[in-house]
Amino acid sequence: MKTVQTKAKIISNKKIKENYWHLEFESAIIAKNALPGQFVNIRVGHGFVPLLRRPISIYAVKGVKVKLFYQAVGTGTQSLSQRKSGELLDLIGPLGNGFDYRQAVKAKDARSILIAGGMGVAPLFFLAEKIKTSQPLVLIGAKTQKQILCMQEFKKLGCTVKLATDDGSLGFKGKVTDLLKLVLGQTKGLGLFSCGPRPMLKRVSEISCENKIPAQLSLEEHLACGTGACLGCVVATKSGYKRVCKDGPVFSSKELTW
Amino acid sequence: MVSQIKPNLSIKIGNLDLKNPVMVASGTFGYAEEFKDFMDLKKLGAIVTKTITLKGRHGNLPPRTCETPAGMLNSIGLENPGMDKFIQEKLPFLKKLAIPIIVSIAAEESPDEFVTLIKQLDKLAEVSAIELNISCPNLQKDKLISQDAGDTFKLVSAVRQLTQKCLITKLSPNVNSIVDIASAAQNAGSNAVALINTLGGMSIDVNKRVPKLGSWVGGLSGPAIRPVAVKMVWETYNKIKIPIIGMGGIMDIESALEFFIAGATAISIGTANFINPRVSLEIICGLKQYMVDNNIQNLSNLIGRLKACKE
Repeated sequence: MKTVQTKAKIISNKKIKENYWHLEFESAIIAKNALPGQFVNIRVGHGFVPLLRRPISIYAVKGVKVKLFYQAVGTGTQSLSQRKSGELLDLIGPLGNGFDYRQAVKAKDARSILIAGGMGVAPLFFLAEKIKTSQPLVLIGAKTQKQILCMQEFKKLGCTVKLATDDGSLGFKGKVTDLLKLVLGQTKGLGLFSCGPRPMLKRVSEISCENKIPAQLSLEEHLACGTGACLGCVVATKSGYKRVCKDGPVFSSKELTW
Repeated sequence: MVSQIKPNLSIKIGNLDLKNPVMVASGTFGYAEEFKDFMDLKKLGAIVTKTITLKGRHGNLPPRTCETPAGMLNSIGLENPGMDKFIQEKLPFLKKLAIPIIVSIAAEESPDEFVTLIKQLDKLAEVSAIELNISCPNLQKDKLISQDAGDTFKLVSAVRQLTQKCLITKLSPNVNSIVDIASAAQNAGSNAVALINTLGGMSIDVNKRVPKLGSWVGGLSGPAIRPVAVKMVWETYNKIKIPIIGMGGIMDIESALEFFIAGATAISIGTANFINPRVSLEIICGLKQYMVDNNIQNLSNLIGRLKACKE
């Protein structure tokens, strides 16, 4: 795998709803090498404000174009949302260890289940694209209907999509992990792939253990370097601290200690 | 036609010859392999490794970093594999680069650990110099060695006898008088002083009312601390004779030049590596250009050449 620091041309940077944005840039080398679960580390502003790069998951790749899906919530992502098409974006990528989906592609009698919470849909959509022929089952959770993301996009790939909202405004009423338990009662799960808030991932990990199905979890963490040098983004594992940016962001649930 | 000068960037620190004065600071560049995809590492003046302790360390509780205005806090806590594993697993890659390798070392409990560490490093030809990190703020100590001139003198004197290799003492800015500490290091036989390590700092999440770092407090780095570092380099330059390796928030050629003019013989790039892995090489190019533009043949004609303010 080749990682590069490059200045990539922004093709488009559009608000799709509320504070959710799609940014597409052109980079043949990143497009060629990117794997689901990997990210790019972006110098979002001009100069040194904000100071550090911001890591954003790769959402989709088409030809030489790479698409990101992000929520403009903090100073970094808000700066990113101000960037215009035609500008050059200083980015490093693809970075990190992505999902291992070799088994998922071959699945016949059992299905891969993707569990997304909030912005966790982004890396899972890229994964779904890669394993769509195996017809994965996608569970998307959010607090309320308005925060359910990417439902149509997953359906267009041919995935079966099930929804969960805390307030019951759409789909199953309750946590997406409760929906997962329900689903596993009816469907044979081959492997779980998940990205979302830490408490949700912890629950997915427990369910994976109870049902003896392997789970791969993509963690989110503040990064300083993004290249494995500073040891700032570590997470506790059974074999000591590991770097989210380099050893992850995808970890086997068996590795993590909570 | 005006003939263009060929600037000479080489410098000497003790018995260590560097082809250029730009190195990467300990803890911000891992063991260099992490940056091999982004740059030609051989072009660096020197590489200072992540600080190594005798036994491996797990480091501090996460979260370990947070961004602050024009800077960042860290409390990594010297996570490292320990000296034996460093020599086996990390040093071979560094050796292949065939540029000066400066190994940074620290003690966890007793200063005696420095003795053992230096004896190990002294035998290794691929180790060009040793940096004594007596200023890490993330070890939960009440007082650092570099916060006391007497302790600094004692430590440097003790290890000086053990090796002919170039010794660099890294100092903390969290002191009353950096000059006193730098003088103590010099008098004890240190070949250079490196300043500054991070400034003590803290940041609070007001919604949760918790510290943003797992170990509550950490060290501040980045452009926010640059004026503090430049002043300390300037103050120290006027009082000591050994070379100063200046660092603290160098982000580009302009900020690098501040340090040379203030009196640094060499500089280290730290936090900026995270933002632009190639920044050190860009600074080397910028330095050459500045010397050409200002008709400076040798770097020694730039170091400490601060002029008085004009009326």
